[in-house]
Amino acid sequence: MRATASRAVLLSALLAGGLFGFGLALATMVKPESIVQFLLLNNMGLLLVLGGAAGVTAITYALLPRVMKRPVFGPVFHRHPSRLNAATLTGAAIFGVGWGLSGVCPGPAIAGLGVGNWPLILSVAGILAGAGLHGRLFGRHD
Amino acid sequence: MHSIAQWFPQGWRHFLLGGISIGLGVSVLFALTGLIGGVSTTYSALWSWLSRHSFFRHVNLVSKRGWLMMYSLGMIAGAAVFTFTLGHSQGFITRVPLWQLFVGGILAGFGARMGGGCTSGHGICGVGSGQVPSILAVVVFLATAILTAHLVHALGGF
Repeated sequence: MRATASRAVLLSALLAGGLFGFGLALATMVKPESIVQFLLLNNMGLLLVLGGAAGVTAITYALLPRVMKRPVFGPVFHRHPSRLNAATLTGAAIFGVGWGLSGVCPGPAIAGLGVGNWPLILSVAGILAGAGLHGRLFGRHD
Repeated sequence: MHSIAQWFPQGWRHFLLGGISIGLGVSVLFALTGLIGGVSTTYSALWSWLSRHSFFRHVNLVSKRGWLMMYSLGMIAGAAVFTFTLGHSQGFITRVPLWQLFVGGILAGFGARMGGGCTSGHGICGVGSGQVPSILAVVVFLATAILTAHLVHALGGF
């Protein structure tokens, strides 16, 4: 029974990732050039992407826990754990510098491989290195 | 001449529809599993296979790595499905210099993990659940990203 449940979770993640990746490609977010055009304030499309995604998410995050006792294949509805502290804001500032230098953030780096944007493998490697550096220097679980 | 159209020189529908598809992905994950679909944790979770460091071997990462890898595989597959359907089988290869992709990646990966989220974790899931720290994080990273891109542009990089 447990194995079935966890297989269901893995397949759910695959399906969810599929919609996510399809959306990133449709919205041209897998092209760093698109991100750069937004950051240079030439094209406001990225705001529609973020707004559309956050809007749909806001509805389901608010509604589903009220109409469902629990997720179909999971015990509880989780919450994104964000904290207001120096690490959150400093980290966000550093993240932005990297995003502005490359036009690539963690999701599109992965999804971009699906449109054949092979140079993004260097972004994946860089993000992996950055995450490794963070874990070794500052990583803690609390 | 100021009109809304000039802010969207390549049109706006694909941006909004793409955003909705991303939101549906995050929502499907939530409805079926209750999990939160931020992406940057994936990179730390990947280290749980590569490193013996106690941070990466912690149950918080080891317990997530399975579904996070499937989420990533799904993202690659979903983008490939787009390419071979609406994308008319035309892929895309960026011209951003390779060193910028790599160095920018290091900073983005480090910062996202330090700040507890990236464009998806804070920007979609955090904002989507109305969390003030996430909204502030988005304002901060948009500001530093816009400044950095302008600086790179001024130096002839973009």
